[in-house]
Amino acid sequence: MAEFLMPSLGADMTEGTVTRWLVQPGDHVDRGDIVVEVETDKADMEVEIFEAGTIEQLLVPQGEKVPVGTPLAIVATAAAPAARVALPETSGPAPPLAEAPKPAAPSPAAPRPRATPTARIRARELGVDLAAVHGTGVAGAITRQDVEHAALRRAPEPAPRAEGRRLLVSPRARLLAGERGIDLATVTGSGPGGSITAGDVERVAAPTAVAAPSLPSGPAVEVPSGRPRAAGRGPIAALMERSNREIPHYYLGIEVDMSRALDWLKAENRKRPVPDRILASALLLKATALAAHEVPEVNGYFIDGGFQPSATVNLGVAISLRQGGLVAPAILDASAMPLGELMRRLQDLVARARAGRLRASEMSSGTITVTNLGEQGVDFVYGVIYPPQVALVGFGKVTERPWAEAGMLGVRPVITASLAADHRASDGHRGGQFLATVAKLLQEPEHL
Amino acid sequence: MNADEARATVLAVLATIAPEANLSELELDVEFRDQLDIDSMDFLNFIIGVHERTGIDIPEEDYPALETLAGCINYLVAARPAG
Repeated sequence: MAEFLMPSLGADMTEGTVTRWLVQPGDHVDRGDIVVEVETDKADMEVEIFEAGTIEQLLVPQGEKVPVGTPLAIVATAAAPAARVALPETSGPAPPLAEAPKPAAPSPAAPRPRATPTARIRARELGVDLAAVHGTGVAGAITRQDVEHAALRRAPEPAPRAEGRRLLVSPRARLLAGERGIDLATVTGSGPGGSITAGDVERVAAPTAVAAPSLPSGPAVEVPSGRPRAAGRGPIAALMERSNREIPHYYLGIEVDMSRALDWLKAENRKRPVPDRILASALLLKATALAAHEVPEVNGYFIDGGFQPSATVNLGVAISLRQGGLVAPAILDASAMPLGELMRRLQDLVARARAGRLRASEMSSGTITVTNLGEQGVDFVYGVIYPPQVALVGFGKVTERPWAEAGMLGVRPVITASLAADHRASDGHRGGQFLATVAKLLQEPEHL
Repeated sequence: MNADEARATVLAVLATIAPEANLSELELDVEFRDQLDIDSMDFLNFIIGVHERTGIDIPEEDYPALETLAGCINYLVAARPAG
């Protein structure tokens, strides 16, 4: 028996709504099958299962909203009993919840700690690993109270305010914040002496519906029925705030002569039928993926105080949604992909992102992200890294510039590539090598 | 293809690209980019959609002619399906 859990589909997701089951009890599932559609406050997503077996029971009905880590279904697997189908296994570690401690993911091999049923439920709710809890109950069993104490102890240390004071937080507020994955440093206290009360946390946890930012263009934009989404800003805001607070960013930029790349692309597209044509974006993505493969310090996760480089490059692509908002799903193993394939994946990803059909693995597995703001007329991007990633690569607009090469001055199409990187994972020297590699690769487009 | 058919084709494709837009208010001579929330990926998909519905093979050099509704209508009326 295994539990299929509500996955975390991104570092900022704390809960999700089951919108549609695609399987019924008795159905056989294979690894990678899409079994359920989940709606988060950012997007709709299809969730794959990562273990083969037979669906035994659906635990959460359609339409119900549950926290990350909640068992959604019971699956009878051939594997060892009590194995857990943990978060989607991606080639990188699943990013942790925003601010929340990592959900307890007991390894199948570990013996089950003795605990009362209510303690287990509470531990799951609070993301407490039972293996780390000291039991005070009968025969050392862990009680519900033990779990709550453990949750209080490991509740995130409040980040010091500018003046270095500790936050005043009521125990109930701290527990609630841990439960909801809310960073107490972002909560304004209304209690005595500015202390944070449970009510303050509640208000942050359930922000009033934020109006979707209106798109800069387009007359009389109608929100299509059936897919209204007060998109993006709330969760993204929390994530970006965390990024700016926790990650010591440094920024580098390089101007890249795009004449060879664009000439090559023009000739290549002339040979290609309409549906197979390639956009310049695909060249930029491929060059970035290859460079990230060569300079691993920008590719991976910063988790638990250490940098974990990723062997594969899962290239996150920032995609703006039509209704407003932003998602950054990843193209898995992008550096190993031929350019035409990468273009097809990009096309598919953009279409599915905008239709709300992204998959769980795509949302949680990016190891580095690219944002291309050239179409908005931007020249230089000072990026904000998506935690727990360690780098964000930005591309601006292609503009004609005077360009000196080999003693000659000419006019060339030039793009500025920028890198925002985590100084804990890399230094300016390696970051510079990364950007130089991107630039160099774009001079040999035929090899991309 | 006459002008009415061309317009209907273009609007049908645009409706798949920018489903939120009110296409009845689309101006003839203003670039799609300035009226709809369209990026280069959307534009490529638009070209692909027009190609699929008309069979016209549109070379990249002709893309600028297809950036407005009027431009598209003129282009499609003048063009012949490939093959």
